[in-house]
Amino acid sequence: MNPTRRTLLKTGAALIVSFSLKGQGPTAQAAPELDSFIAVHPDGKVTVFTSHVDPGTGIRMVYAQITAEEMGIPVDRITVIDGDTGIVPNHGGTGGSSGVPRGGADIRQAAATARKALLDLGAKKLSAPADSLTLEGGIVRPNGGGTGVSVSELIGGKRFDLKVDPKAPQRKPATYTVVGKPILRTDVPRKSTGRFAYVHDHKIPGMLHARVIRPTAIGAKPEAVDEASIRAIPDARVVRLGDFLAVVAKDEWAAVRAARELKVTWSEGRAMTPSANLAAEIARTKPEREQEVVKKGDAPAALAGAKTLKATYYWPFQSHASLGPSCSVADVKDSGVSVWSSTQDVFGVRGLVARTLNIQPAKVRVVYMDGSGSYGSNGAYDAAADAALISKAVGAPVRLQWSRQDELVWDPKGPAHMLEVTGALDKDGRILAWDSSAIGPAGPQWTGSALSPVAAGLATAAPQGQGVPVIQNLDPPYAIPNLRVTGKQLKDTPIRLSNLRAPGKIATVFAVESFMDELAASVASDPIAFRKQGLTDPRALAVIDKAAAMLGWKPRPSPAPKQTGPKMTGRGMAYMRYKHAENYVAMAMEVEVEKATGKIRVTRITCAHDCGLIINPDGLRNQVEGNILQTLSRTLHEEVLSDGKRITSVDWVSYPLLRFPDAPKLEVALINQPELPSHGAGEAACAPVAAAVANAVFDATGIRLRDVPFTAAKVKLKLSA
Amino acid sequence: MPTYKFKVNDRDVSVESWDPDQPLLYLLRNTLDLHGPKFGCGLGQCGACAVLVDGKVARSCVTPIRTVAGKSVTTIEAFGTPENPDKVQAAFIAEQAAQCGYCTNGMVMATEALLKTTPHPTLEQAKTALSGHLCRCGTHTRILAAVVRAGKA
Repeated sequence: MNPTRRTLLKTGAALIVSFSLKGQGPTAQAAPELDSFIAVHPDGKVTVFTSHVDPGTGIRMVYAQITAEEMGIPVDRITVIDGDTGIVPNHGGTGGSSGVPRGGADIRQAAATARKALLDLGAKKLSAPADSLTLEGGIVRPNGGGTGVSVSELIGGKRFDLKVDPKAPQRKPATYTVVGKPILRTDVPRKSTGRFAYVHDHKIPGMLHARVIRPTAIGAKPEAVDEASIRAIPDARVVRLGDFLAVVAKDEWAAVRAARELKVTWSEGRAMTPSANLAAEIARTKPEREQEVVKKGDAPAALAGAKTLKATYYWPFQSHASLGPSCSVADVKDSGVSVWSSTQDVFGVRGLVARTLNIQPAKVRVVYMDGSGSYGSNGAYDAAADAALISKAVGAPVRLQWSRQDELVWDPKGPAHMLEVTGALDKDGRILAWDSSAIGPAGPQWTGSALSPVAAGLATAAPQGQGVPVIQNLDPPYAIPNLRVTGKQLKDTPIRLSNLRAPGKIATVFAVESFMDELAASVASDPIAFRKQGLTDPRALAVIDKAAAMLGWKPRPSPAPKQTGPKMTGRGMAYMRYKHAENYVAMAMEVEVEKATGKIRVTRITCAHDCGLIINPDGLRNQVEGNILQTLSRTLHEEVLSDGKRITSVDWVSYPLLRFPDAPKLEVALINQPELPSHGAGEAACAPVAAAVANAVFDATGIRLRDVPFTAAKVKLKLSA
Repeated sequence: MPTYKFKVNDRDVSVESWDPDQPLLYLLRNTLDLHGPKFGCGLGQCGACAVLVDGKVARSCVTPIRTVAGKSVTTIEAFGTPENPDKVQAAFIAEQAAQCGYCTNGMVMATEALLKTTPHPTLEQAKTALSGHLCRCGTHTRILAAVVRAGKA
């Protein structure tokens, strides 16, 4: 944000740590000061630069804590600059829960490098060996105490340029005093008082307001645009680039009115399968490609000779459904382009804008500003390209904001999946064989098919539906002698796709953990006891036991004995280890199902979560709670609807979210592993939610829900069947 | 251009609007530089734009400016600052009741209004008071805890 920082870093006194391997970092930049991870300033303050952004997850505080810990500098002297392509190193975009394990690891090593350098400087100043010194509270002093020298004195007026030293020693977790503390986020006071600046709040002189005019249906093109239809609106005008349409005005409300009132005749769009028929359509479509991803023993042979159980599960297309519609400010000048965006991938957007405008990426500066939560690749990427195109067309800075309808209809969606599982038990009731497959459309990501460059004829939409769907965790985490997992890719997708929180796993874990319950019920086994037969990992057992104990789980088979009265209650659980390599999460919950309406009310959720070393337990807890409640919303309510012609989920009535009266009591136990690496927690706790709900509803009612969302209407129909 | 006179945060203001139906939200954000209220839907469905008009919660995204003339509008900025939050805002901070924070304005405003009539809300009363507000990050339990905490402060 601060354009003088570049100058400061180029010329000012500081100790700067940057990428160690020029050209080998993930696109190292031209000037070393642009590769900086950490700058220690003469006043003893520290700035951390990162391409991993904080979309409301609290990662800025995590980075500050990691830096403070390694450098012995108080956390309030650390500023984190996230996501400004003009001044941060590109060490990856934000996603896949990579912020802590990858972004945090880079920053930790840079901080360790700075610490080592400061100790070496201190050694010279104090004429003592570096290993006899310590850096605490911004002062280098002898280990046993005594006169020290401050960091600001060590830097003085000088300039030190260092490369990250992969061998610089890190502090031992046993000595941590800052990492592991629930330090409060510094953004929350501003967010709670209306003072926090979001990208939506960004203003620059001469800025015009714009709105995009999206087609009435996917694939529809403007045949006629009646510019006279907005003539009465002050200073409003139409921008048309090929099939891309927008309106621009000085006044924001004028832009809104113009967008509503502009008369456009659209061609017929592409027909699309109505959402009600989509699951059946996916089931009967021949996959373009199949790929066996896990094979152990001989599942088909073992199943052929056994009594089998088979089930099919469905996860629908879902929207990121960001509460604030996507917004971007762009200023396209011949001398260079500035874009303010809430994207989770500033360097990705820089490339997108550069391709859209046909200029070099080096001429584009993308500056991250917080937006409404994005949970993956929402409309922010498209909005940045929209704003840049419009700014170029009108020759002025432009603030572009999507409407509610734009966001719900046109954000790239989390994909639909059909999941099939066949299993068989041996004579002792253990799993003998398991064969599961996921069928669905896959990638590519938003970068290949941003809306406005394609509509404007500046880019060709990358084909959708290519690649294998995300099928991590479609193999169960339990010991099974005969196992096969297959990914089946459909040739096409009716809706543009991108990552939405816990991509793939959200569906695969729903199928796997629902089917585990179905298997357990088939032999009248307690769902937890049944799972534990195939588990030996102590961390897995620990989270399951903890979640169960917190709920007061009483072992018995599901379903519960038949219940009379207007409400039926039940309990269910689910477990998974994220990607079979990261977080251990177990979840148990209690539900009520209203007989008359079919409404599911989750009354209580307990979750045990082990992601290794915890950096900030309160931030982690907030994230885990959010994962659970957001996924509860996706499980109970959310599905992108279409009528065969167009997407019809356009607002919060047609795309409902979980509401406050339905917020369950939520208890989260965080299991810290100080000696183990930290895994990211941005997604893992999402994955078990849907299965735990389905299992609890089965326990309450004896009815098995296999297609998300579990709307009241759907449940009522099943109850009366 | 027609001018509309009203009070905002106890200050007399006079704003021009070319359209008498322009929603209050745009004038607060663009003319008066009050960014606390947020645009979420423009339909009065989510609550991110909430303000108080004569002490009652109003959705500023669907409140035409002509209906505000002569009235008193209060925005989240009136209650406190990051350094000096009022008890509702302080409760949100203490509970860390935000992730992205885009909906927080509406949650705080609904709580300010609730406490006027129900100074010590129970959890159930908090849920009812916020039933018309949406949070996408899943911060519900913290927000509810903040509402209850504010009633105990």
